[in-house]
Amino acid sequence: MNKVFLIIQREYLTRVKKKSFIIMTLLSPVIFAAMMVVPAWLSSQKDTNEKNIAIEDNSGLYHSAFKSSQYIKYQYLKPESASNKKEIINNKIDALLVINSNLLHNPDDIHLYSDGQVTLDVINHIKQNINSHLRTEKLSSYNIEGLDEKIKEINKVKVKINTIRLDDDGTEKQSSAEFALAIGMISALLIYFIMIIYGTQVMRGVIEEKTNRIVEVIISSVKPFQLMIGKIVGIGLVALTQFFLWIVLTAGVVFFVQLSFSGGTSDKVEITQTVDTPQEVGTQSADQAHEVQKTINKILGILKDANMPLILGLFIFYFIGGYLIYSALFAAIGSAIDNETETQQFVMPVLLPLILSIYVAMAAFRSPHGDISFWFSMFPLTSPVVMMSRIPFDVPLWELLLSMTILTASFIFFTWFAGRVYRTGILMYGKKVSYKEIWKWFIQAGK
Amino acid sequence: MNLLEATGVVKKYANHLALNNVDIHVPENEIFGLLGPNGAGKTTFIRIINHITMADQGEILFNGKPLTSKDIYRIGYLPEERGLYKKMKVGEQALYLAQLKGLSKKDAYNKLKYWFEKFEIGAWWDKKVEELSKGMQQKVQFIVTVLHEPKLLIFDEPFSGFDPINANLLKKEILELKENGATIIFSTHNMSSVEELCDNICLINKSKTILKGHVNEVKQAFKSNQVMINFIGDEELFKQQLNGNYHLQSIDEKQGSFLAKVQMKKESETNQLISSLLPDFKILGFNEILPSMDEVFIKAVQQSNANQ
Repeated sequence: MNKVFLIIQREYLTRVKKKSFIIMTLLSPVIFAAMMVVPAWLSSQKDTNEKNIAIEDNSGLYHSAFKSSQYIKYQYLKPESASNKKEIINNKIDALLVINSNLLHNPDDIHLYSDGQVTLDVINHIKQNINSHLRTEKLSSYNIEGLDEKIKEINKVKVKINTIRLDDDGTEKQSSAEFALAIGMISALLIYFIMIIYGTQVMRGVIEEKTNRIVEVIISSVKPFQLMIGKIVGIGLVALTQFFLWIVLTAGVVFFVQLSFSGGTSDKVEITQTVDTPQEVGTQSADQAHEVQKTINKILGILKDANMPLILGLFIFYFIGGYLIYSALFAAIGSAIDNETETQQFVMPVLLPLILSIYVAMAAFRSPHGDISFWFSMFPLTSPVVMMSRIPFDVPLWELLLSMTILTASFIFFTWFAGRVYRTGILMYGKKVSYKEIWKWFIQAGK
Repeated sequence: MNLLEATGVVKKYANHLALNNVDIHVPENEIFGLLGPNGAGKTTFIRIINHITMADQGEILFNGKPLTSKDIYRIGYLPEERGLYKKMKVGEQALYLAQLKGLSKKDAYNKLKYWFEKFEIGAWWDKKVEELSKGMQQKVQFIVTVLHEPKLLIFDEPFSGFDPINANLLKKEILELKENGATIIFSTHNMSSVEELCDNICLINKSKTILKGHVNEVKQAFKSNQVMINFIGDEELFKQQLNGNYHLQSIDEKQGSFLAKVQMKKESETNQLISSLLPDFKILGFNEILPSMDEVFIKAVQQSNANQ
């Protein structure tokens, strides 16, 4: 046992100390965080250059329609100054808006001139100003009493569907399909990638020992099985370490970036805010702050209801189970061949169920309790990925237990199988290996 | 007393018999040559001793008791196919391998310091293995093999990759290990080093032992009754004297004397030959020619192949 520990220690330390590991571990969270933060940041980046827009209102109807905002300033031109459009634009005015007639009758009769491409923000701002003005004008024409209040009320109406799941005993739980989907998707993909990345690392490690001819030196001190298990566990711990560091560092980076880019909560609201009717911005940002707070509370509530400890526990279980099965298979492959170029014919069949499981997982999001989802979450080579994608949708306990039992039994079987192939394989050199040959090793190891 | 006694060892692989009822007894505190052509079964036998593979039949006693997996702590094995982790530092790696052999980290460290100094390679401690030449790596491997002071050492082609100077250094070390009480199984195709180092040998061919015994006895058994005669006298007369009874294989003149290689029919003819020459020639030397281990090896293997 002590020796297995030594082997684990070596496998772990040599990998963790590698430059590539340190770089990947430190860099990836920055990339992850960038993937989350940059789009949000970009969308929050309003053009902070002041834009001056001149309005030439030849209809005389819209002198109060346009309200300047922080970055977009409107100024009405006196009718007589409207002579040369080119001249006006050059003169510290970015664009010229010309309205010639009543827009309710001629909605097309509004033109924006500029010497360059006008940004979408500007166009939206103008559109919203004039639309809101026109709507109000139209409504006023009906002569309804207390109209202003009514319009405000109308603007406040917003519908959001709350999904509530009824449990067997009738208790209600707030659920969020999007959120469940995200959790399922992320954990299924993580398991998939970890099994491929670290499974092949096990294979490479075994091939390295074989091609370096160190394997016979080592198995004169330890049993081949101990060497194999030590390697698998050591590399598995590397995977867990990296995984853990990624989560911590990503959270740290995201937190730091948010803090330094936006200063306070009110600004954060600004990020999620879409361009709204300008005259309501003041009251709306308060409303929205409240709204965001509510959403956060709701997500926290779902997180609590979604039983995060269970999801996390199952994630770790399926990660370990799946990793052990696949890394054992990869170790057996590594022992059977002499160099990495020969791996292809053996790696493909092992990867097939894994790739298939990702497709099934995608289907499982649509029908988490269908037959296909069920059977693939029982089959040990696909269950880690498929079951993780189903878990947020409340899998019955007996299904979970059955799947976990099958997985446990299978990884014991696969490790045993791989151990027997490995024992013979690591000492075979310069032989072109076939499946038949591997089967012979397996049988022979039993004698 | 035999340190290792293997009796009736049989090992079958899927499509061939690697060891067929092999008996090998290795006396304590000796250098024992385990010889044989490629594929004869030497490596299989060594792997069985090291508990890397199991024998199908047969009994192996180590120090008088059946060999168990615990005994590998008292065995040091330098395999023919040997290597090191390329990316690991020399010292780190030596420590790791020594700990796998059951040494504590501190013990391993102290012993390594001693050996690294002895081999004058202390400066390599923090170098990566891939920066060392093949001969340098072999030195590190040799050290790791003997570090835990095992009772039984098994060297499979220990000199491969060494230049003559370092090969000599290694020979000296092997003899010193023997002096310090170790028993050594030495497997090689280099017969001159067998003659230099080995006490007893065992020759395996096609999964069977075909020859065993002390190096000198084996040579005696394979001698072909040739003698080398150094004399002064008439060359033609010498040839006439031999004619009919003995066969002259070669004769060279050397600084006034002749060196003749003569084939006798029986060993018992020696005295007869000498007395027939004495009246006419001045005999300066008369030596029995013993076969080299190379010749013994080839002859023994050819005979055994012919018998099948």
